[in-house]
Amino acid sequence: MKKFIIFFFFLTTLFSNSTISFSAEKAAEPMSPGWSFKGFFGTFDRASLQRGYQVYTEVCASCHSMKHLSYRNLSQPGGPEFSEEQVKIIASQFEVRDGPNDDGEMFDRPARPSDNFVSPYANDKEATAANGGAYPPDMSVLVKARKGGADYIYSLLLGYEEPPEGISLDDGVYYNKYMAGNKIKMSNPLSEGIVEYADGTNATEEQMARDVTTFLSWAAEPHLEERHKIGFRAIIYLIIITILVYFSMKKIWSRVESEV
Amino acid sequence: MSDHEYTPSSKFGKWFNDRLPLLTLGKHLTDYPTPKNLNYWWTFGGILTFCLITQIVTGLILAMHYVAHADLAFGSVEHIMRNVNYGWLIRYVHANGASMFFLAVYIHIFRSLYYGSYKSPREIIWILGMIIYILMMAAAFMGYVLPWGQMSFWGATVITNLFSAIPLVGESIVTWLWGGYSVDNPTLTRFFSLHYLIPFLILGLVVLHIWALHVPGNNNPIGIDLKKPSKDTVPFHPYIVIKDLFALLIFLIVFAFFVFYSPNILGHADNYIEANPMVTPAHIVPEWYLLPFYAILRSVPDKLLGVIAMFGALFILVILPWLDTSKTRSAVFRPLYKQFYWFLVADVLILGYVGAMPAEGIYLLVARVATAYYFAHFLIILPILSKKEKVLDVPLSITEPVLGGSVSASVVRERKDKL
Amino acid sequence: MSEKKVKRREFIFTATYAVGAVGVGATVWPLIDQMNPDASVKALASTEVDVSNVEKGQSITVLWRGKPVFIRRRTDEEIAEARDVNLEELKHPEKDEDRAKDPEWLVMLGVCTHLGCVPLGDKGEYGGWFCPCHGSHYDTSGRIRKGPAPTNMEVPKYEFVNSNTIKIG
Repeated sequence: MKKFIIFFFFLTTLFSNSTISFSAEKAAEPMSPGWSFKGFFGTFDRASLQRGYQVYTEVCASCHSMKHLSYRNLSQPGGPEFSEEQVKIIASQFEVRDGPNDDGEMFDRPARPSDNFVSPYANDKEATAANGGAYPPDMSVLVKARKGGADYIYSLLLGYEEPPEGISLDDGVYYNKYMAGNKIKMSNPLSEGIVEYADGTNATEEQMARDVTTFLSWAAEPHLEERHKIGFRAIIYLIIITILVYFSMKKIWSRVESEV
Repeated sequence: MSDHEYTPSSKFGKWFNDRLPLLTLGKHLTDYPTPKNLNYWWTFGGILTFCLITQIVTGLILAMHYVAHADLAFGSVEHIMRNVNYGWLIRYVHANGASMFFLAVYIHIFRSLYYGSYKSPREIIWILGMIIYILMMAAAFMGYVLPWGQMSFWGATVITNLFSAIPLVGESIVTWLWGGYSVDNPTLTRFFSLHYLIPFLILGLVVLHIWALHVPGNNNPIGIDLKKPSKDTVPFHPYIVIKDLFALLIFLIVFAFFVFYSPNILGHADNYIEANPMVTPAHIVPEWYLLPFYAILRSVPDKLLGVIAMFGALFILVILPWLDTSKTRSAVFRPLYKQFYWFLVADVLILGYVGAMPAEGIYLLVARVATAYYFAHFLIILPILSKKEKVLDVPLSITEPVLGGSVSASVVRERKDKL
Repeated sequence: MSEKKVKRREFIFTATYAVGAVGVGATVWPLIDQMNPDASVKALASTEVDVSNVEKGQSITVLWRGKPVFIRRRTDEEIAEARDVNLEELKHPEKDEDRAKDPEWLVMLGVCTHLGCVPLGDKGEYGGWFCPCHGSHYDTSGRIRKGPAPTNMEVPKYEFVNSNTIKIG
């Protein structure tokens, strides 16, 4: 009985202890809308990836770089799978600094598929200065760089709200339900119809959040589909060979006379 | 070893073997008498050898593409993941392979603790194993720095800063480790060099570890000495080879699930953010396999004492054969020791859990209690048990159910089931 | 041991070895393939060159797959000289028509086939190139005429994607 009382005291300290807090306010648990690329047989929805690329380019790319991706990734299998012609055209819309030429000068030229995504700013410091002291993170692996991954990014994009009673925000700071600390220096980037989808899909906030999150998930894991495919075969193979080895083992050990 | 009688069957074999007795060695390894009652907890030595080779092979391939420079490292890892043929696979195998390596080594160590494999005459095998374990932790720590993410950088900063606790020379040692005034490019390049070196040191020590093992031969679940060869043993090949292979395949299925379906679950999201010396992550945590030591380190409020406690926790394991001097090896016949063994397992798991939590409030309290209990287990409980514990009677052999005269065959069978 | 038992025993081992070999092969292949050119290198496998500013009698050198490529817009005299050569005289007989489909344009790897040096243009006794390393002379079609080089300078795969642009590779 005494042990139980002591144990209960421990539990109450555990739950009433107010000194444990990871942040001033609690960020809400991200939503789980379900993704086509999760699970053992998950694949990316090509159309969603293409729409997501459009959202990235038209909404996010003015502040967020994606420097580890190359335009040719847009046509490779497992991704948005634009045609090679389309990718040439997409790339050529961006200007890349190249050189030095034979006169020793740097020059600008249209991007080629082999170039990496052009960044909106020359360097991280310029990006930070141009955005009120908050660096807009590079998005190449952003989905892997945040706890909650795709669920978190999606929720954040849809998580802008009026701040509750008693919370005041400085200039350039916004309230977001899912952000750690609830304060974020990016204003709500999505609004209904801000993008006109090339495939005619209705561009609601939810649709854009879903599409751009899908695109960012692919950007962070371009080989996901191949990984799932090879993984499935590898595990089936391992199960088969394990069974064969098991019977081989039984066969060999049957030579040892059985024990008492 | 009286294998000088072995004569290879081919003429070339005989010629070669006379000059370098590799074939004799091969025959020894093939015929090596192994207790036939070994259970699956004994397969982890073979699994560990496989893990070491996997890490070396995937590691040296990654080194063909990785760039060890602070400005380029992160990008080069992305290059591997995106551009190198099967680069994503080799990288994920290497990263998750490290976790699997530690999973196997912990099972291997805890097997040894349960069955008394560290006891005389196997003390040197145990100490070699401990050195291998320490080198593994050093290699893993440095390897984690190489991608130059936030956790890489800040984990390196925190752990190297520990050495500043050493009185008088601490600061100089830290500057010497860093090659500068903070963790920066010189630190990264030297960690790369050492990370490449250590696995080969481990390989050499593993050879010594196995050689030392082959002198007395393997321990076994009932902890008795066996005559080798005898009716109690089987030749290593094919009996143990096939059993180790089977266990390895099960291990590989688990490994495959991580690599192909959850390759980042054991890692930390913050390591996908490029290292930034101006911004410290909210919670700096090492990889899971270092968490118990991290918990011990943080449970002591004084910096130097915390460092001493952490290294002490390791050192105490090294001298275990002299702390637990009970003549009975296997926990099967040590009912009290068995209880305390499971308490230790729980204690280490608790330490691991609180190591991942912030060092405050209830977590800090639990860490302190668990740390104290850890030391108590080795320094107080084990020596007392060595003297006071009433052990059960131990069989004389595996195949013969005859015990030290006082127990019947049915009791033997009952005990065997509990193995 | 009955014959049936012997056969089955061998079967399980043979089957295990066979399936095992497949697994070993499948595991080893990525370890070897990773050394093949990666995607970023393969993306640079072909390059497009703007030749609109190249005059008759002028050469430019571009970098392709890490090596220099000579692009020469030949004069009528150079073309005639190249076509006039008796194939029997050549160490490596090749018709100029086969080397330059559009006779005005000569595109070839500027790498001497002897030991890999870069030959110098407008030099040598045959109106083409001269390699200073060991004295190989090439003619106006880039064919070896004198010296230790064994073959003519290599003509890579190339095509005019439009009148101003050559795509090499």
